[in-house]
Amino acid sequence: MGTLLAPPLAWFVLLYLAALAVLFISAFWSLDAFTGKVVHVWNLDNFREVFSNPTYRHIAYRTIGIAALVTLTDALLAFPFAYFMARVAKPRTRTFLFVLVLLPLWSSYLARIYAWRLILAHDGALNWSLGKLGLPTTGVAYSNTAMWIVFSYVWLPFMILPIYAALERIPDSYIEASRDLGAKGWTTFRRVVLPLALPGVIAGSIFTFSLTLGDYITPILVGNTQFIGNVVYRNVLGLSYNLPFAAAYATIPLGVMAAYLVLARRTGAFEAL
Amino acid sequence: MNEARRRFAGRAALAVLTAALCVVAAGCGGGGGGNKSEAKLPDSIGQGEGSLSLVAWEGYAQDQWVKPYEQETGCKVKRKYAGSSDEMVTLMRSGAGYDLVSASGDASLRLIRGKDVRAVNPDLIPDYDNFIEALKSPPHNTVDGVHYGISLQWGPNTLLYNTEQVKPAPTSWGALYDPKYSGKITVPDNPIQIADAALYLSKTQPDLGIDDPYELTQEQLDAAVALLKKQKPLVKKYWALASDEIDLFKNGDATIGASWPYQTNTLQADKVPVKDTIPKEGATGWADTWMLSSKSKHPNCAYLWMRHVSTPKVQAQQAIYFGETPANTKACKVMDQLSKGSCKQYHADAPESYFNQIKFWKTPTAECGDGETNCMDYTQWQQAWTEIKG
Repeated sequence: MGTLLAPPLAWFVLLYLAALAVLFISAFWSLDAFTGKVVHVWNLDNFREVFSNPTYRHIAYRTIGIAALVTLTDALLAFPFAYFMARVAKPRTRTFLFVLVLLPLWSSYLARIYAWRLILAHDGALNWSLGKLGLPTTGVAYSNTAMWIVFSYVWLPFMILPIYAALERIPDSYIEASRDLGAKGWTTFRRVVLPLALPGVIAGSIFTFSLTLGDYITPILVGNTQFIGNVVYRNVLGLSYNLPFAAAYATIPLGVMAAYLVLARRTGAFEAL
Repeated sequence: MNEARRRFAGRAALAVLTAALCVVAAGCGGGGGGNKSEAKLPDSIGQGEGSLSLVAWEGYAQDQWVKPYEQETGCKVKRKYAGSSDEMVTLMRSGAGYDLVSASGDASLRLIRGKDVRAVNPDLIPDYDNFIEALKSPPHNTVDGVHYGISLQWGPNTLLYNTEQVKPAPTSWGALYDPKYSGKITVPDNPIQIADAALYLSKTQPDLGIDDPYELTQEQLDAAVALLKKQKPLVKKYWALASDEIDLFKNGDATIGASWPYQTNTLQADKVPVKDTIPKEGATGWADTWMLSSKSKHPNCAYLWMRHVSTPKVQAQQAIYFGETPANTKACKVMDQLSKGSCKQYHADAPESYFNQIKFWKTPTAECGDGETNCMDYTQWQQAWTEIKG
């Protein structure tokens, strides 16, 4: 048993935990402005900058805010869909819906984002359709709204599947029992189905929230503002090469996710994964 | 038993962690040994070493001129394309054994300061004498009279506009700060863009005393940042790739923006009604340099390459392929032979005054031109840019 576990464990420790440790340690170093090379002197300047500069605070709030909004949107969209799949649809319809949910995941994430760029562009499909219907056109391209739409679309399957798994696991007998005890449909839903499905929703929200939090490509392609990842990316790239600052800023999403996971664990969401 | 095993596992994990840290530390520590760049310059090109590894802009190492070079010198060329100046610096510092890099002016000084590139002897490049005067010892690749590379090609950053939507034709960079075009403006997503604002301010607010848009004091940088912050709500999109800007103009999201000649050529070929201009305030621009890595193991092949790409024929081929202006004045004739009118189209025959209108990209450093050291360096530019975009 021990020998079987050793390689994956070593892999995990070396590539994952060690990388995180290095990231965290280098956040305390600094950059020599003249040569552009990292100086190995311990200091807290990077963290001070991250927390005291309103720009970085604002970018962090925006990233977390949009991630939360995307999570909420996906939960609202995914729940009825997953409910229909798990409890209403016949097996054949269910298979068909499964394919529909999974199909987008077979194509490149980039291709789908570029497709949305074409849809939302000024002369794109959306404004063309609105024009044909006699409605005013929108200027939604390259805005936070565009990011919200695209993120919600891209991560939706990651919310549907855990909710589906949770709903499917609810035994029919629970619902029958609820009905036998006189509960109406809505009461059964509110007091039996929803609490049992909640861990699935939370499991899904871990995906949608963390995936949005860490993304930096969608903001570049369909948005016009920065996410935490964009700031990190710009600092990592050659010209500034400010790895210590990038590391310090990258600990923010790590901290947010750690807190989120601790909260999620309390609700028992990990049993639904 | 169990206890012992657990302790072992803990210790092993610690050992692995320590090992990982050592690797990182060693990688960083190795960067200090770049003092070889001060070694004596070669006075002749020796026998080629059989191999040459390039970091280049896409389109800078085409088979058209790589194949003849390989046949002539026996140096086998390996190419690595980079998408940005940032990436180029990262690659040259990666220690992966690259010999040459086609660095733009906003990367070159950084490479010199970081001792990532070494001094070269231009006397070994016969065509060097045919270069336009301004590119023989430009400040972006020549420091204290020491040459750190051989100039290659250059081009201006232009004002691009849709001829049907923007009337009359703009003549000033002020159009990019004009609320009239709110939501229709696009500018590059690049900290070096601050220089464009500084250039505009140097003409419109002379009391700021901006002389060189890349050498800004705190006060001057603040003024440029204030102007760019006012511009921000007018900007539809900060473009990251040339193809982004092409899309924006094609789809009607933008009608005016800061651009390169390459986008104009592509859009005009697609029948989009656009034109570009160099406004009355002048323009910023890029000038690229082949620079030799301080750790290069193939310096002879590298010199042979620099000699090869400086010849009029290769200069002309590359200028036409990429849509930029060659450094070698003798390339003009070859360009017209290859594609009629291309010499004029890419300004290869333009007088020195055209070149002098252009303020070429260079890495901002703490040193101002006048010996003062109170200018804002690139890290500060980059933080300012993050702040502007918000």
